[in-house]
Amino acid sequence: MKDYIIRTENLGFTYDDGDDAASEIPALSGVSINIERGEYVAILGHNGSGKSTFAKLLNMILTPSVGKIYIDGTDITAEEFSEDDVFDIRRKIGMVFQNPDNQLVATVVEEDVAFGPENLGLEREEIRRRVDSSLAVVGMTEYARHAPHKLSGGQKQRVAIAGIIAMRPNVIIFDESTAMLDPQGRHEVVDIMEKLNKEEGITVLNITHYMEEAARADRVIVINDGKIALDGTPRQVFKNVEKLRAMGLEAPQGNELILELKKAGLDIKGDSLTEAECIETLYKFLS
Amino acid sequence: MISDITLGQFFPGKSAIHRLDPRTKIILATLFIVAVFVASNPVSFLLLFVSTVILIAVSKISFKVILKSIKPIVFIIVFTAILNIFMTKGEGEPLLSFWILNIYTEGIARAVMMALRVLILIVGTSILLTYTTSPISLTDGLESLLSPLKAINLPVHTFAMMMSIALRFIPTLVEETEKIMNAQKSRGADFTSGSLAQRAKALIPLLVPLFVSSFKRAEELATAMECRCYRGDKNRTKLVKLEYKGLDFAFMLIFVILLVALICLITIPYNYQSFGIIYDVLFFRV
Repeated sequence: MKDYIIRTENLGFTYDDGDDAASEIPALSGVSINIERGEYVAILGHNGSGKSTFAKLLNMILTPSVGKIYIDGTDITAEEFSEDDVFDIRRKIGMVFQNPDNQLVATVVEEDVAFGPENLGLEREEIRRRVDSSLAVVGMTEYARHAPHKLSGGQKQRVAIAGIIAMRPNVIIFDESTAMLDPQGRHEVVDIMEKLNKEEGITVLNITHYMEEAARADRVIVINDGKIALDGTPRQVFKNVEKLRAMGLEAPQGNELILELKKAGLDIKGDSLTEAECIETLYKFLS
Repeated sequence: MISDITLGQFFPGKSAIHRLDPRTKIILATLFIVAVFVASNPVSFLLLFVSTVILIAVSKISFKVILKSIKPIVFIIVFTAILNIFMTKGEGEPLLSFWILNIYTEGIARAVMMALRVLILIVGTSILLTYTTSPISLTDGLESLLSPLKAINLPVHTFAMMMSIALRFIPTLVEETEKIMNAQKSRGADFTSGSLAQRAKALIPLLVPLFVSSFKRAEELATAMECRCYRGDKNRTKLVKLEYKGLDFAFMLIFVILLVALICLITIPYNYQSFGIIYDVLFFRV
């Protein structure tokens, strides 16, 4: 029996837009996913594919219309789920959102990082320890006393991440956390995701529409029209260039280049998932 | 531009005022406000003015910042001053008189005092509260001071939280306003010319998107806060513990002495005609 931190069964969700019954197209339907403890998963999908809805269901911001969700073995869709239970689930599953400005509560970096631990009712010394260590993990220690609105987008997002790490969650969901950042900021944040997964053993779910980011994960799940379209390692998933394109997604550029070259009749062998691999493959082919 | 408005803006630092307990600063600000309204003759205003300058020096907030923060209230100050110059009726001969307007020495003295009152009030309270206290600790202070009201079921924590979030979002919203304004300007909107009515009308396309985005922000922030296990003050602890220290008591003592001194000073009768003499000397009317 594998150790699943997140398990969903036939999950479905329909947004209730009021009286217009005809427009009720489910945002998610029949989603069954098992995610093991310590996995690094990217969830891909174009806008409106239901990928963010999925994240919000896991964190109990939304309640599923049908189906079951088990977090760390607990059925969070059970009827008798109380407010305290919700609190416990949110402590286990941290979430980083898209707009860093709309996540920061305090006007001093360290006070913002302390917000989560304060809500958990921890001792002062423990809060202090967690704030310091979390800021160290994201490399923002020297900004502890700064005002967040004077930081860059990437730095703000790192502070937001520190605020989540300080709660010591088992899982961190990044809900398009890099979408509003410049390339530099995006790199910083993705590097931290990897660090959290590899060094701190936190299960990371990166919801994104950047292929290059998804390629760095251990597993890629593609959601299209509220259903799981593809699920596997980045290598397996990105082979389906045509299928991805039909869903409004592009495979990583290097991957696409090699496939196009193959289609044009060239006999190229090798991997091309990342830029480096693509260069390597082309180099081998040409020499 | 708008981002120059520093009112309600925190400048981190390590001065004595920064280190005061937020509750102390709220109490001091209250005493200060009382003092400003108690002051009613030139000597008392001189004392207030000097104490405010000392306050600025102790807080180590640069004069530039203070001047910037005064800019938006200059109009109010000038307006009150002018009103006071013309509306005050003094004893004796008017200094100047034309048409139905008479200017008395009392009027000038009053105008200066009223202007100083507004100025000192804004600068003093900004230094004590917003410039040197982070909104979160200000909130903590308020919450702690008002906590007895929890007994009668007043939502003190919620109120404090709302206030601190409002303060936190001022710079963000100012930034956003500027962005929208620039976007509108680049498409030919004119915010700076035309009649008052026209200018007010030009603000509508600015306010609508600002409101829409604020609501969106509020919703996202609420979700983010819930995700960080926020559930009001239930079982909530604090990173910063509030403690009165020697410094706090020292400052409170100084302020009480200041207030008592002021009350003594205002009981001294004051002859405004002496100002008239200064005026006469200045303008060679002797």
